[in-house]
Amino acid sequence: MSQYLLSTYAVEGEVPGAPRTPEEMKAFMERVVALEDEMEASGTFVFGGALHGPDATTVVRESDGKLIMTDGPFVEAKEHIAGFYIINADDLDAALAWARKVVDAINHPIEVRPFRATGRVQA
Amino acid sequence: MSAPVAARGEATGVERVFREAYGQAVATLARIFGDITLAEDAVQEAFVVASDRWRSDGIPPNPAGWIVTTARNRAIDDLRRSARGRELHEQLGALATRSHRPDTEEWEEDGPVRDDQLRLIFTCCHPALRTEHRVALTLRLLGGLSVDEVARSFLVSESAMAKRLVRAKYKIKAAKIPFRVPEEADLPDRLRSVLSVLYLIYNTGLDAPERASLRSEAIRLARALVELMPDEPEAAGLLALMLLSESRVRARTADGAVVLLRDQDRTRWDRTMIEEGQAIVRACIRRGRPGPYQLQAAIQAVHCDADSFEATDWPQIVALYDHLFSVMPTPVVALNRAIAIAEIEGPGAALASLDSIAPDLDNYHLMHAARGTMLRRLGERDAAQAAFERAAHLAATGADRRFLAQQIKELAEDGALMQRPLGGSTGSTNETRTR
Repeated sequence: MSQYLLSTYAVEGEVPGAPRTPEEMKAFMERVVALEDEMEASGTFVFGGALHGPDATTVVRESDGKLIMTDGPFVEAKEHIAGFYIINADDLDAALAWARKVVDAINHPIEVRPFRATGRVQA
Repeated sequence: MSAPVAARGEATGVERVFREAYGQAVATLARIFGDITLAEDAVQEAFVVASDRWRSDGIPPNPAGWIVTTARNRAIDDLRRSARGRELHEQLGALATRSHRPDTEEWEEDGPVRDDQLRLIFTCCHPALRTEHRVALTLRLLGGLSVDEVARSFLVSESAMAKRLVRAKYKIKAAKIPFRVPEEADLPDRLRSVLSVLYLIYNTGLDAPERASLRSEAIRLARALVELMPDEPEAAGLLALMLLSESRVRARTADGAVVLLRDQDRTRWDRTMIEEGQAIVRACIRRGRPGPYQLQAAIQAVHCDADSFEATDWPQIVALYDHLFSVMPTPVVALNRAIAIAEIEGPGAALASLDSIAPDLDNYHLMHAARGTMLRRLGERDAAQAAFERAAHLAATGADRRFLAQQIKELAEDGALMQRPLGGSTGSTNETRTR
């Protein structure tokens, strides 16, 4: 079993295709909840959610033994990760099939990236 | 790492067998070990052993099986020796205890080799890989071409091609692209990717004489695919399309310039290939599941059926283009249809059709070449010259440029011979490849 990061990007704080009206928001949330239920039930869901924007971000680094904090994101770019899922999948085809479901639910492109290793899963 | 396979043209029996066996052996080893690089290394080692043994003892009855068994035994030995290997070795468990002599027929327990090849084709042509990586992997792993041969085919250095292959194989392994024939639901899309890679390889082979071997490689792989997937009419359609195109290769250039279908010496067409291609097309028609490759092959089959350009069944050609456009509505299909229209309704009607699609194909040299031809037939010499010049400016190959230079020269001669009837000797560019 492998793990994959399915992430979606906002461009200059905007997610094209994101719900605008309350009705759209309600339908969007229903699709997302249904998707996450399906992920959960099939043992696919590890973690995920929507993120606050880059303005809410802090970078932490160490310099000469001291902790330095900077306001803002690590990468100064137009695009920022807007949300992600981490999923279990047997292989890329399985991960891509889930990515497609996420695309259908959120109406926005998804980047699929395999995990190399975690503290628990060694490469 | 380059295969111990001699360059094309000097292939002996053993080397030919290597090339044939390479794809099968890598495919089976990749399935057993789940790792392409390991599979390639093991097959490479087995070839070294084989090249000594086979030259003295002769080629065994099942060379691919011999290579698979030898390669697997070698790989298992290598794995036992390395630390990483010991882990993998434990995982492989039972498999590792079954190392047997390559000369026996026991290799068959490894399962059907043919399915392994099919799995590897789908892996190499996975849509998650970029197109140039799909092409490189397919030629290297399934075609058995050396890295240097693949590099030369795409005009890049051997080191650049080696890097490309390493990156592609890294992605297959890291992202875990499976070795599997796709499920029914995904099969049409995935097969389309495989077919387009093979057709791209074929067409790359058409672009320059020094890449001619790519064409035979593409035909060989398409043939293998048809054997592996006999129920997929589009695979057969692609094979027929390649064969019918290949049958005319000898006639389509002269003195380094393109010769139009109209002017080709039809006695130089390869009748054997035409017959095979046409038989496949007929079988496809009987199945009644037409698709873009089958329809393109059917169009070529009609061309190959005619004893002369004039004797071509143009209404049939246009009807087939209409059908093709309904399943593949691309501007290039519309272009080819417009060119065929000229032979029924005349150059004026064809020019009107061409003008309606011109904005979409403004950077495509064959669009301007076709406009030039129609304008010339209509006697509009200045406009024709401008069109041919634009085409020559856009043309990528020397053969195309030389052909267009000829057209411009002939236009000047048209001017000198004011008495000459219009719609003279130039033809349509039905020879365009439908991409």
